[in-house]
Amino acid sequence: MKSLEELKAIREKMQGQVSLRGEDHDNTRVVVGMATCGIASGARPVLNTLATLVQEKGLTGKIAVTQTGCIGLCQYEPIVEVMEPGKTKVTYIKMNSEKAAEVVERHLVGGHIVEAYTLSGADIK
Amino acid sequence: MTEISLNVLDVAENSTRANASLIRITVEADERKDHLTIMIEDNGCGMTAEQVARVTDPFFTSRTTRKVGLGVPFFKYAAESTGGSFVIQSEPGVGTIVKAVFVLSHIDRMPLGDINSTIHNLIVYHPDTDFLYRYCYNEHSFTLDTREFREILGGVPFDTPEVAEYIREYLNENKLETDGGAVY
Repeated sequence: MKSLEELKAIREKMQGQVSLRGEDHDNTRVVVGMATCGIASGARPVLNTLATLVQEKGLTGKIAVTQTGCIGLCQYEPIVEVMEPGKTKVTYIKMNSEKAAEVVERHLVGGHIVEAYTLSGADIK
Repeated sequence: MTEISLNVLDVAENSTRANASLIRITVEADERKDHLTIMIEDNGCGMTAEQVARVTDPFFTSRTTRKVGLGVPFFKYAAESTGGSFVIQSEPGVGTIVKAVFVLSHIDRMPLGDINSTIHNLIVYHPDTDFLYRYCYNEHSFTLDTREFREILGGVPFDTPEVAEYIREYLNENKLETDGGAVY
């Protein structure tokens, strides 16, 4: 069984560090819809991919990956919303892990919205 | 839903929205009884008798974003279609208990799926809620109590990458030790 000693070591390491996370209003928020509709259409791997990549790329100080309930557009789930301070919210629809990885690379790192996956870019009129 | 673990994630989300401070989740696989039992118990706001009576109706929801509420009906149907059972008990101000029993060997039973991801997601994305998770496989079991973790961690939050990783490893290693890597 995994020991709780390791957890004590983590506390000792972390308590010595000053929080690197910036002020909340400076942070980009990446929100994944995790209600029944989202979960049933595959939101869990999308959330996990986003969280893992943001962590691997060392972006946790300025990007917060969180989850929310039903966004009200169940037919377009899994949905990922990207909210950058001072910019219009971007809504990505029908996401999967591969698309999520592309959004991290091109949008969150590169600064260019991946229009093809957005609600406004999709051909759904 | 393609996995029982996704139902657990979905139904436990309801507990967090009911402002529960402690959610107990039990997963119990017993090959001798041929049962897979899932219990989700919370100390949230609870439901009135009228709400409990209607919560398994797909066309009832307390939400305003849409007119259907499929989470509980999906879970109930998944359990009952294996010849199992589903019970939901609730009391306003006390909390809610959901218990689903699946017949393990039934052909229509969904796989349990990635239960570790479900528990990990719940803990990391609801850092202010406590979880008591118990996993039993035949006569073996392990427990994860976030109250115990919280005490050791002092103020270090569960969504700190190092802590989130520790929780992931704790679940993976202990589940493997408990069920010997059984896939079901």
